Amino acid sequence: MPPGALRSGPVAAVALWWGGRSGLQAAILALVLLGGFLLGSNTLANMERFGITPGFAFLGRPAGFEIGEALLDYRPQDSYALALLVGLLNTVKVALAGCLIATVLGVLLGVARLSGNALLSGLVQGYVELVRSTPLLLQLFFWSATFQALPSPRQALNPLPGVFLCNRGIQLPAFADGRAGGWLLAAIALALALALAGTVLRRRLGRRDALSGVSVAAAACGLPVALLLASGAPLQVEVPELAGFNFSGGTTVSPEFSALLVGLVVNAAAMIAEIVRSGIQAVPAGQWEAARALGLPRRRIMRLVVLPQAMRVIVPLLTSSYLNLTKNSSLAVAIGFPDLVSVINTSANQTGQVLETMAIMMGAYLTVNLAVSAAMNLYNRRLAARGAR
Amino acid sequence: MTDGILQSAPPLSPPQPRWQRLWIGLFGTPLNAAVTLGCLALLGWAVPPLLRWTLLDAVWVGPADRCADAAGACWAFIGEKLRYILFGFYDQDRQWRPAAAGAILLALAGLSGMPLFWRRATLWLWLFGLAAALVLLTGGPAGPAVPTERWSGLPVSLLLAVVGLVGAFPLAVLLALARRSSMGGVRTLAVLFIEVTRGVPLIAVLYVATLLLPLMLPAGAAIDKLLRAQIAIILFVSAYLAEIVRAGLQSIPAGQYEAAQALGLGYWQSMRLVILPQALRTVIPSIVTLAIGLFQDTTLIIVIGLFDLLNTARTAAKDPAWLGFYDEAFCFAALIYLTVCVIASRYSLWLERRLRR
Repeated sequence: MPPGALRSGPVAAVALWWGGRSGLQAAILALVLLGGFLLGSNTLANMERFGITPGFAFLGRPAGFEIGEALLDYRPQDSYALALLVGLLNTVKVALAGCLIATVLGVLLGVARLSGNALLSGLVQGYVELVRSTPLLLQLFFWSATFQALPSPRQALNPLPGVFLCNRGIQLPAFADGRAGGWLLAAIALALALALAGTVLRRRLGRRDALSGVSVAAAACGLPVALLLASGAPLQVEVPELAGFNFSGGTTVSPEFSALLVGLVVNAAAMIAEIVRSGIQAVPAGQWEAARALGLPRRRIMRLVVLPQAMRVIVPLLTSSYLNLTKNSSLAVAIGFPDLVSVINTSANQTGQVLETMAIMMGAYLTVNLAVSAAMNLYNRRLAARGAR
Repeated sequence: MTDGILQSAPPLSPPQPRWQRLWIGLFGTPLNAAVTLGCLALLGWAVPPLLRWTLLDAVWVGPADRCADAAGACWAFIGEKLRYILFGFYDQDRQWRPAAAGAILLALAGLSGMPLFWRRATLWLWLFGLAAALVLLTGGPAGPAVPTERWSGLPVSLLLAVVGLVGAFPLAVLLALARRSSMGGVRTLAVLFIEVTRGVPLIAVLYVATLLLPLMLPAGAAIDKLLRAQIAIILFVSAYLAEIVRAGLQSIPAGQYEAAQALGLGYWQSMRLVILPQALRTVIPSIVTLAIGLFQDTTLIIVIGLFDLLNTARTAAKDPAWLGFYDEAFCFAALIYLTVCVIASRYSLWLERRLRR
């Protein structure tokens, strides 16, 4: 290390970062820049040859293609920018729902895998092996074929009251008034926020008795429900009913979205089950024995001793499986769900603005990835800090 | 720890025999009994129809109309379409070539798994084997050339996966070394490449390779579509492999670096002779896991219109004479992937135990 590196200050920091061998580094950097410049100038020349103007002006032009399902109000005469946003929102929708359901299912399966019941643990092991040893795309094709092979609406399966499965998708009961659904979502979000705030407050104040827990739960549930009732939104629930050749009322989940969601969840849950299993097994046996020696019952050993330590192994791995699920949702393009990649592909083929659309696609995935990693790292740091205290 | 605590603990019960532990697990408590009965009910609901479809009611030989009447699977379809599913559009009378190429690739992968072959001479074996496989697929000096548009089926899946991993290796080692280098500029370049590549899905990289790469070449130049997919896979895999190699480099104690330096070895010499042989050996199980994922991920080339095993299986069920036997086609493809991947993951577990010793 050169002696100057020991001094502090921005110049010294840059010198430390740069290290030595300036000639070699400059040569490598110049080579990379030259390569980038050559490829870039070729691209621009080719675009000019095909009569394409580089730049993002095409985003304002009307897209002109239909998108099967959209969270926003989208029509073909809307702009490319809106079409891409619709695709991105579809990706975010399936990724969010997938992560949530896969976590619940994966934790249950991981605990089942560790159970002393050989039959249950063997079944879960078989499921995990089957899922991990076949390509995800093959699984998605299978689910897609399954949802398309469901009976027509007239012979729809009815596994639960008000829920129908047919080749037009999954029919679910929903609020008759669209606003009520929005209020319900807001109420659930408020309940989660209140519960989180209450738990943190409870921990800060050092009150951990059952009574304060009940009061937090009551406040978290009661307030949003009161708000929902006070909002005056009509609360009638509409159950889907067969009318002619299709269902009316309620809400419909498309077969493409269902197949994608089920495929991603089944796949990710197997990975998460393995993560949970390895996390719990990573806690040394001595911890179990020590807790037992303290006279703690099994349930509290799990909650107070084993899980907090297992979480430190589980959370980083869980982050990467969430990221994988988000990236895997791009396989939607193969089974006809209009996610970001699918919309990008159509836009690139229609406009010829390949460079720009590819840049948007990479940028969108990198942003989503960074956001998920940042959120999970924040949580992970809290976990690590709690362990150190 | 004092003796007093130990003495006050209840005496350990003698270890129970295996069947007794099994019985307690299955029916020891009411909850366990309920779980067991639930599992049995699930099996009873799922297994008999599956068994009937796959075996009892299945049609094993015969024309398509015999399958139409049967309630079970139509394995006759697989028998009829076997050559198409395995080799796709490759010239009918020359399909021994892709078969031999696939066998060479499998043999190379299998041999490299044996610790006996973890030596420098294996590199030559690889070079020779890969060249032979490529010559066989292209048609070689003896026969007429077969364009890559007609390469399809299982050999393509194997080729993309094996060449993807082997081709990524040199790049991955360089990236891993660059990421651990003390040179800031080089380090930043490596970090940028690795993190950006790991941040986007393989499909995105494949689209970039198919749509953007042709634009990046000078006018008139063109790269074959399969080669473009192969380049995309190599670049994609190299980012993941680099992180694995980096983990291996980090696991080597500093004493090894210092000892190599004390012997008067330069940077490249000490890496080549001391550090990398040890680092790579420790991460072989992770590389096997990556290879399993890569073999499965080669199916994604379907989205850019290439024909791997999964795509030939799927299109086999689009033949008007045998329309709609998707379940059978997918089951057959799944069986092949399952066999390869289960063998590989069992091997990885065995290796992990062996290396730990």
